[in-house]
Amino acid sequence: MSTHTISVRLENKPGALARVSQLFSRRGYNIQSLAVGPTERADISRLTLRVDCSEHSLEQIEKQMHKLVNVLRVTELRPDESLERELALITVTVSPERRAELVSLSQLTGARVADIGRDAVTFEVVGRPDQVEAFEELVKPYGVRELVRTGRIGLRRPSAAKGRQQSATVSV
Amino acid sequence: MKMLGSDAILRALEHEGVDVAFGIPGGAILPTYDAMARGTTVRHVLARHEQGAGHMAEGYARASGRVGVAIATSGPGATNLVTAIADAWMDSTPLVCITGQVRSNLIGTDAFQEIDATGITMPIVKHSWLVQDAAELVPALKAAFHVARTGRQGPVLVDVAKDVQEAELDFEWPDEVDLPGWRPPRRVHSRQVREAALAILEAERPIVYAGGGVLNGDACAELKELVDSARLPAVVTLMGKGCLPDSHPLNYGPPGMHGSKYANWALNKADLVIAVGTRFDDRVTGKLSAFAPGAKVIHFDIDAAEVGKIRTAEIPVVGPLKLALAELVSELHAARDGAAPKHEPWLRQVEEWRQSFPYRYTKVDGVLKPQTAIEALRDLAATIDGDVVWTTGVGQHQMWAMQYLVCDQPRSFITSGGLGTMGYGVPAAVGAKAARPDATVVCVDGDGCFQMTCQELATAALERLPIVTVVINNGWLGMVRQWQELFYAERFAQTHLTKQVPDYAQLAEAYGCAGFTVENEDELEGALAAAFDAGRSAVVDVRCDPEEKCFPMVPSGAASVDVIEAPDEEPART
Repeated sequence: MSTHTISVRLENKPGALARVSQLFSRRGYNIQSLAVGPTERADISRLTLRVDCSEHSLEQIEKQMHKLVNVLRVTELRPDESLERELALITVTVSPERRAELVSLSQLTGARVADIGRDAVTFEVVGRPDQVEAFEELVKPYGVRELVRTGRIGLRRPSAAKGRQQSATVSV
Repeated sequence: MKMLGSDAILRALEHEGVDVAFGIPGGAILPTYDAMARGTTVRHVLARHEQGAGHMAEGYARASGRVGVAIATSGPGATNLVTAIADAWMDSTPLVCITGQVRSNLIGTDAFQEIDATGITMPIVKHSWLVQDAAELVPALKAAFHVARTGRQGPVLVDVAKDVQEAELDFEWPDEVDLPGWRPPRRVHSRQVREAALAILEAERPIVYAGGGVLNGDACAELKELVDSARLPAVVTLMGKGCLPDSHPLNYGPPGMHGSKYANWALNKADLVIAVGTRFDDRVTGKLSAFAPGAKVIHFDIDAAEVGKIRTAEIPVVGPLKLALAELVSELHAARDGAAPKHEPWLRQVEEWRQSFPYRYTKVDGVLKPQTAIEALRDLAATIDGDVVWTTGVGQHQMWAMQYLVCDQPRSFITSGGLGTMGYGVPAAVGAKAARPDATVVCVDGDGCFQMTCQELATAALERLPIVTVVINNGWLGMVRQWQELFYAERFAQTHLTKQVPDYAQLAEAYGCAGFTVENEDELEGALAAAFDAGRSAVVDVRCDPEEKCFPMVPSGAASVDVIEAPDEEPART
């Protein structure tokens, strides 16, 4: 078992997302995160899925997804060949006395202050998933009141060597 | 041309060459039935339950090779279709189901007879369309037929809001479908086929393992050519029965849980398994880790997702089977260059197993064995001029039908394999008869199965679609009883149905069919012959030995090579 990132180009049609997520639950695969949004084309969405599975299951997932009529393309985003980003909003409980310390700490990591309340600060963090996790760890001792992450999105790097994309894509 | 949505549905069916559709009207589909009253070349067969309509459409599709069409209303009409859709999904039967939906302004409000039909069926259709805009109706129907019949065949659903059926639209039959994400394979990789040919030439113990995909892929002639030209022994699954003539000397029949010992041994002791249009179902493989352990696998399939799903294929060949097998035959011919195949000793071995371990059962004086009834049917069918098409329910009778009936033609054995849907037989027979009116259509049923869908006898009688139903009546849910006897210490919980209630012959008469009761072997031949000659639908109630069990048997989870051949080899009871 290992975690894989799968990128799916999907027709932007009613029920299309439900068909993909249904397939995962039906076949017993667990989705860690799922992010969906528009692409350069209005009629196409892109899904980025994080899945915990074996290589064999990954191949099955890709093949089964290809059979969905609304699915245009399925690609595995390999870490060494792709860019992955995530956004998190984190509200941290902090007393006024320690607020300055927390804010200056956050500035070192590239997080931005999104809102400040009497006893809490909300940060926004955009970055690689490991950077987001690192920030989360950093503020944990202060007390995380609420946290939301978008789940990662990804694209293949244009600088990645050609050819491997083919091997990562199921051809039908 | 301007017309109503309801009329457009019928024009679409006509454009697709649909000659028969099966269904039941109801509120949300009423406009479409009203359009039928205005006229259509499509014959509508009125079922008595939507599940029956669905299985009829399946029987029609399997008997003809064309797409079956079932029509139902919203809500319970749609949910009653679900079992048939699931059945078609598991067995890759091409089906277009058209359901009415509540008006689009009511969708989502829990309106009367509103159900999320596309949602409920999502895991068991290739694709579905909820049509709420009249402009989308005709393209959706065109796409529905295209998706149902291309690639690996299967069911689709078109759910049409009532106001769309009532709306006026401009009918234009599209030349093409706009489905950028639907690209089933049309070719095969020649390199893979060449590798397959070389592997076959090198094999010492090759075996063909053919399934329902051969029938769906219209590749029966090509399969026979392969078997004949390379002299390959073959096993044929339940779903594939008829894709290679049963009386072909190299056809070793079904492997698996109730297949023969020789077929299981041949498959398990092979060094090369040539799987064609089959999916390594657990009922065939038994314990997977012990399945054909010494074999390399070549897997031919139209569906890439089946290749490597259960068993790794050393040589995968994805694509249309008709094309793939034809290429394989010519590759083999070129590569062999006149040399004799290496596997003659293996052919002798497999044949020796067949001679040593035939299907058998013990006849007892004064006891009517179910196998005797099926053998009598087989012998009677052999005397019939023209095609005989068999359908079955699910259970012991189905397995005996698989073992003893001889099907030498494709599309002559129609059964519920993957889903194991009790009650499939009678409606499937009605559908098969509608597809092939000149064929003699016989349903071999169990008493449990028959009672699940026997209301469709009314359809058979009134629509003049005469079928013969032979109820192998042992008074029990026989296969469940067999498991209770073998694996649950003979605790026969809730499996006794009785042979007497209902009286099947009287029930048949009540439905306008001829009814016959057979209590002993002497009456068998006469009653079957009379039923075949009845000139209308007939039911033969064959009351037989409730204790007869179906053998050979591979106990669930056991290695299929350890098949128990007959009752005298039964494992110790616990």
